[in-house]
Amino acid sequence: MAPHMHPIESRLDTSSSEFASDVRFMEQYVERVRTVLRKQDETEHKYLPRARQKGKLLPTERLARLLDPGSPFVELCGLAGYGMYDDGDGRYSGGKLIAGIGRISGRRCLVVIWNYAIKGGTIDRVNVEKMLRIQEIAFRTKLPIVSCHESGGGNLVGASAMADPWMAALFTEAGRSYGQQAELSAAGVPQITVSHGNATAGGAYQVALSDVIILVRGKSQVFLAGPPLLKAGTGEEASAEELGGAEMHARISGTGEYLAEDDADGIRIAREVVAQLPPDPVVAPRRASAEPRYSPDELIGVFPEDRKRPVAVQEVIARVVDDSCFEEFNPEWDQGTVCGTAYLGGHLVGIIGNNGPITPAGANKACLFIQQCEQRDAPLLFLQNTTGFLIGTAVEQAGQVKHSAKLIQHVANTRLPKLTVLVGNAWGAGNYAMASRALKPQFVVSWPSAKQGVMGGAQARKVMQVVTEAKWARKGLEVTDQMKAGVEQQGQMIEMGIEMISESMFCSARLMDDGIIDPRDTRRVLLEFLDVVLQASERQPVAPTYGVQRL
Amino acid sequence: MARFHKVLIANRGEIAVRVTEAARGLGYRTVAVYSDADADARHVRVADESVHLGPPAVSASYLSTERLLDAARRTGADAVHPGYGFLSENAAFARAVEEAGLVWIGPPPGAIELMGSKRASKRAVEAAGVRGVPGYSGDEQDDETLIAQGERIGFPLMVKASAGGGGRGMRVVTDAAGLPDALRSARAEATSAFGSGELILERAVLGARHVEIQVVADQYGNVHHLGERDCSAQRRNQKVIEEAPSPAVDEALRGRMGDAAVDVARSCGYVGAGTVEFLLEGDESFWFLEMNTRLQVEHPVTEAVTGLDLVELQLRVAAGEQLPFAQEDVVLMGHAIEARLYAEDPDRGFLPQTGRILRWSPPAGARVDHGVTEGGDVSPHYDPMLGKVIVHGADRAEALRLLDAALQELVLLGVTSNRPYLQRILRHPTFAAGGATTRFLEECADDLAGGDPTLGDLAVAALAVLVRSNPGVAPDLLGWSSGRSLASIVALEHLETVHSLSVRRLGGGRFAVTRAVDEEDAESVEVTLLAATDEALTVSQDGVRSSVPYACEGDAIFLPGLALTDVAGRPAGSADGGSGHITAPLDGAVTAVFATVGDAVSKGQLLLVMEAMKMEHRMTADVDGVLAAMPVAVGDQVKTRQLLVEITPAEGA
Repeated sequence: MAPHMHPIESRLDTSSSEFASDVRFMEQYVERVRTVLRKQDETEHKYLPRARQKGKLLPTERLARLLDPGSPFVELCGLAGYGMYDDGDGRYSGGKLIAGIGRISGRRCLVVIWNYAIKGGTIDRVNVEKMLRIQEIAFRTKLPIVSCHESGGGNLVGASAMADPWMAALFTEAGRSYGQQAELSAAGVPQITVSHGNATAGGAYQVALSDVIILVRGKSQVFLAGPPLLKAGTGEEASAEELGGAEMHARISGTGEYLAEDDADGIRIAREVVAQLPPDPVVAPRRASAEPRYSPDELIGVFPEDRKRPVAVQEVIARVVDDSCFEEFNPEWDQGTVCGTAYLGGHLVGIIGNNGPITPAGANKACLFIQQCEQRDAPLLFLQNTTGFLIGTAVEQAGQVKHSAKLIQHVANTRLPKLTVLVGNAWGAGNYAMASRALKPQFVVSWPSAKQGVMGGAQARKVMQVVTEAKWARKGLEVTDQMKAGVEQQGQMIEMGIEMISESMFCSARLMDDGIIDPRDTRRVLLEFLDVVLQASERQPVAPTYGVQRL
Repeated sequence: MARFHKVLIANRGEIAVRVTEAARGLGYRTVAVYSDADADARHVRVADESVHLGPPAVSASYLSTERLLDAARRTGADAVHPGYGFLSENAAFARAVEEAGLVWIGPPPGAIELMGSKRASKRAVEAAGVRGVPGYSGDEQDDETLIAQGERIGFPLMVKASAGGGGRGMRVVTDAAGLPDALRSARAEATSAFGSGELILERAVLGARHVEIQVVADQYGNVHHLGERDCSAQRRNQKVIEEAPSPAVDEALRGRMGDAAVDVARSCGYVGAGTVEFLLEGDESFWFLEMNTRLQVEHPVTEAVTGLDLVELQLRVAAGEQLPFAQEDVVLMGHAIEARLYAEDPDRGFLPQTGRILRWSPPAGARVDHGVTEGGDVSPHYDPMLGKVIVHGADRAEALRLLDAALQELVLLGVTSNRPYLQRILRHPTFAAGGATTRFLEECADDLAGGDPTLGDLAVAALAVLVRSNPGVAPDLLGWSSGRSLASIVALEHLETVHSLSVRRLGGGRFAVTRAVDEEDAESVEVTLLAATDEALTVSQDGVRSSVPYACEGDAIFLPGLALTDVAGRPAGSADGGSGHITAPLDGAVTAVFATVGDAVSKGQLLLVMEAMKMEHRMTADVDGVLAAMPVAVGDQVKTRQLLVEITPAEGA
């Protein structure tokens, strides 16, 4: 008989009007995220008549057919590019990719569906960054990548717009994704691609560097240069079918292993190929899984609209972990940094959360806790709600810089898998130390109301004010009302700007997380992620040392 | 007095189980026999010993006198019970058993022989004063005589093979013009099926009831009757539901029919359990049809209302005991009904079904005689009857309720059965009112036909697909997406119709299941999944909660009364028929081929014929094109879903 853990006693009054108002507040946030995804889907659905006319499935239809019916799906980076470049009001966001983790033929896979219905599925900066992130996940989780590919190639309109000073670097970044495809192959991570349509130049490599290529009769067009570029380049005139049609590749060039009759048939073959991969490893849980005593649905009302009102991270933990049980690691030694162990789906996890700023003691406690989690082989779960490392003479003299640096060392270098949820604030170096994207957790997701950045808007404004006033004083200037008004105005601009760029949707658009989740889904998302990272250590990919090559 | 110790049961299936259990109950040792197809069958498991007979074909197994007697010799069995069917009414086998020095648990071979001939038996019973259906059963068999006799008797007229049974060699002729053809074809069929072309003619008694009297006789001249059974619910002369007593027989009529049956039994020196079949008309006139010189499938209803064990009586009589009761001791108590459970598809012309029994759970509170084991196969070699469900109520209405409830509770998954059809019969007003004649099932076929599956049924099946596609996934995660809302696509085929369903998780266990009606319209239902195992789903629809057992094998999904195929994984072009891939609908043999490779064929054209489960199956082209391959030839045994013909569809086909 295993010893019992302490159940958390929640102090949340779910029948209060305050809770009800907090629920409404968070629901509005969730709805904003949903709206963007819905707009992407609407853009796609406008394409439906043309897709039918061409005998094609829509990207989401491809996704539905590729996944096992009823498969759970954790979408990754769904808001990529939202509010950036020319995404409209979000309708063209998503980086031309629908990506996530789902089950195909009973095996977990990274699924990448090229959204050809959004600007032709063209390759741009967001698209490349998202693809690089998916590949990074594949390296670390060893999950196969299954793609339904169809892309118009490089976005020439975007490339010439000069809107982005970094645009030229995109060429190199895109190349990096091809290199990584080769590395993944050599690492034994299978890449299976259905080529549903256009795959020109870079797009052709996305197909050709896959381990398994499935061509669709009359639809695939895989070539370095299509008819227009060929004509422009050499003057030769040739049809797309001659240059890179499915039948040509299947019969003559040998660039493709399976010839499908249509979209659905190609996806069927992809599912069959995945079915032939070794089954997923089974990581036996240490205990029987148990639902939390407090409903995860209540997470929608845990965080208040008033960001200054403190929230005990235990209220979140109680609605995520098995049986709401949490064995807290020395709560007497600094209460701002909460450490402790719990079971999630029967698997042991070490949880680090915040009930305020991180003190030197808190940093030390977290370091010691991580060492003990290593001993117990318990993956780390970070629940971020910190205003950062505490400042002030007392803590500086207590070695805050040294201790906070040490925590960063521990979090960066632990061999344990890390999962992070940004539930509230994530400011300053505390953001790093609590395993935000910077310190490479396997997965990091945000709640819709979470904010992250170097510091809060109000603080930035005050800092600017203090710095400016100090400058005036140094120069011995007489401060006029006009100067004061100027500083005030500048401060407001800074505060607004900082608040905007710290919003979860703004950050998620820039891939500072892997997606924004509905707080009610937190346990489900973490169960999936935890399974993935635990399985990763059991996966033993086998690959010929040269990678799979098409000879 | 014949004495014996060990009984060999020369049969299979439910009746072999039934006889074995009765014999063991009396302290006899038992020997089962089995073919290759029955090595793990239930009748083998319940017996003390078992002997392998040979390959599945009946001629090499259950119909092989030589092998059966050899089995008896090797096990030291000193008595043989034939069950029903197979060799039970084969006088030569009965004689061979007796000549081998074994006790034959059945009537004297002479009685079997006499009653086995419709012509001779009719003459014998008429000599004993029991009326047969007016007709001709004379020696003269030339067409001229038969046509003249036919015109004398009048139309409609039955032409029957004298040696026939089970509807073979039987023709109904409605007018004189059709008679010569009917004679010719009935004679040909009788000659090939029974080795004798002898025919009899009878007035066709249409719209009568089939009422039969159970008789038992000992070796000392005691012959009693045990009342009647009404077996009017018949399909192509195959009984489906039987009951005792008959709703149309009162005490006085029972006495008259019982006396007649006893007279028939005496006329042939009958010993053991036998059944005298009559046609009963509305005016209470009844006509001798034939005598079955064996235990009947439907004997349990008589057992229920009389409290007697007929197999026990057979064994006691064979052992030389006297009947332990007098005629006046026989009292009928309450009402009993039996339903025969067949592996057949009532929605597809009662096509016999083969396959594996994935789930079998007989209902509590009803007698279920069966030969079914979970995981066992229903093979194409034998009768598709799986077993029978028998209930006993205080009155007919109670018995009907009990049987309906028992059938509802019975779980049989993996092989399509007539279970829902049986329930529809019980609920039909004509049957419920006790008004069924032998034409009831035919006349009311439309009422009794199964409808298309409802969207609600399909929705539950779709959830079963989700559950089985995600082993180890908590029901809460089924269809869940952390990002954009996704619908799962499920394509289920039922009787050549593909139902494309989309399943969307609504949260809280609720799912919206939508079926596209056409390009624009769709219909939707909501189902709540409360719990799921790999054996059953607990669902709630429209506030009504139920537990639905299900089973899957390959692409097949079985729910109660609904067999579906998950066609989502089918290769291109084969989704809506017209694939050009013609596969065997069930195990059987190819009997004729009408096309060769290279032929241009058109949709609907007959390509080959196969015979399976004693029925012909005509395989036609499902698309215009050129015959590309036919990897089978006449005489080949083929398995279910084996490729028979491949057609390369014509351009644009």
